[in-house]
Amino acid sequence: MNTIYASLLGLAGSFILGTIIAVFRITGSKPLNWFGTAYVEFFRNIPLLLVVFLFYLGLPSLGVTLNGFVSGTMGLAVYTSSFIAEAIRAGIMAVPPGQTEAARSSGLSYVQTMIHVILPQAIKLVIPPLSNQFINLVKNSSILSIVAGFDLMYYGDVIATDTFDTINTYLFVAMFYLILTLPLSYGSRVLERKLARHD
Amino acid sequence: MDFAGAYSADFLLFLMHGLVITLKIALISIVLSFTLGSLIGIIRYAKVPVLSPVLAVLVELLRNLPLLLIILFSRFALPDLGLRLGAEGAAIVALTVFEMAMISEVVRGGLNSIPKGQVEAARSSGLNSVQTLRYIVLPQGLRRMVPPLVSQFISLLKDTSLATAIALAELMHNAQIIIGHSYNYAIPVLLLCAVIYFTVNYLLSRLSRRLENKVV
Repeated sequence: MNTIYASLLGLAGSFILGTIIAVFRITGSKPLNWFGTAYVEFFRNIPLLLVVFLFYLGLPSLGVTLNGFVSGTMGLAVYTSSFIAEAIRAGIMAVPPGQTEAARSSGLSYVQTMIHVILPQAIKLVIPPLSNQFINLVKNSSILSIVAGFDLMYYGDVIATDTFDTINTYLFVAMFYLILTLPLSYGSRVLERKLARHD
Repeated sequence: MDFAGAYSADFLLFLMHGLVITLKIALISIVLSFTLGSLIGIIRYAKVPVLSPVLAVLVELLRNLPLLLIILFSRFALPDLGLRLGAEGAAIVALTVFEMAMISEVVRGGLNSIPKGQVEAARSSGLNSVQTLRYIVLPQGLRRMVPPLVSQFISLLKDTSLATAIALAELMHNAQIIIGHSYNYAIPVLLLCAVIYFTVNYLLSRLSRRLENKVV
């Protein structure tokens, strides 16, 4: 099922990109910080469809032609990464700076401090917004249908136009999306409560 | 890439027409979804019997569906139920229904974030529940709601682009038509659209920051 593939690939891609951008924004290097901020502000404020079109319609004029699925998934990953970068940055910033100072003065390097002290605590704060983003990602993958990405929505549309039974087809498609998203919503809520209790 | 060709007067005018439709649809949907969403949020906060659980299920379903599906449904499936809407009407209905669910959660969250002690204090000093909501909970809750509300409005504005799928002549739709003339226009036109969306949304988020300081 292409919807699931696109969501999983989109999640992996956006998580990696988002982490890199988040790190850019907290290293304290001016140009990296500037780039990270520009990236996040740019992609957060334009529609996902536009990002997908940049890959699907824009790249061919540069000589790179991608099919609907690939450009849709890349668009999803890039767009979502800006939200994930913000979530990760907020999580890292929420760990008190005294912890970094303590870790550094007890002889850990910057990287060790990050891995052993800051990130394990930040991850707790990051998981709830991250799982929200994943639900959005599943829903947003329906955009692939506009660029012929052969996802759930696309096939739903094809069946609807073939059979003229639009209501039942769309309700059926809706049910499939709910099967994907409702457990995710529920799971993220349970997780959130569990993490909150540990604090 | 052909910047000069893509930015010819005709094409720019055509894009502006699209922008006007985008803004119009967004504005109408914002007003409607804010009104309905606040109502649902308050009903669920007040735990009105029967109504509150029914709305809870509705909100939960709507929030977990892709907006694109709702847009296609209101354009192509509602006519079978006897409700025939044009592209514009369908877009407004779909955006309103979807964002209403999102906004009701923001409102409910904002109201719930006011400590229970304040409500108890207000009630025991003689205010009734409507007065408590009006003078104690709402003014404080509103202030906390402003940032998430505005980011929801920004999402709504971005989401109007999905109405392309039902051939509504909004900004992205018109951009696609221009790109249909020649692929050389693709990047220049898409970049211009990005700048337009960015500017509008950036202004909105600036406005939110100012409102945040003002709303008491």
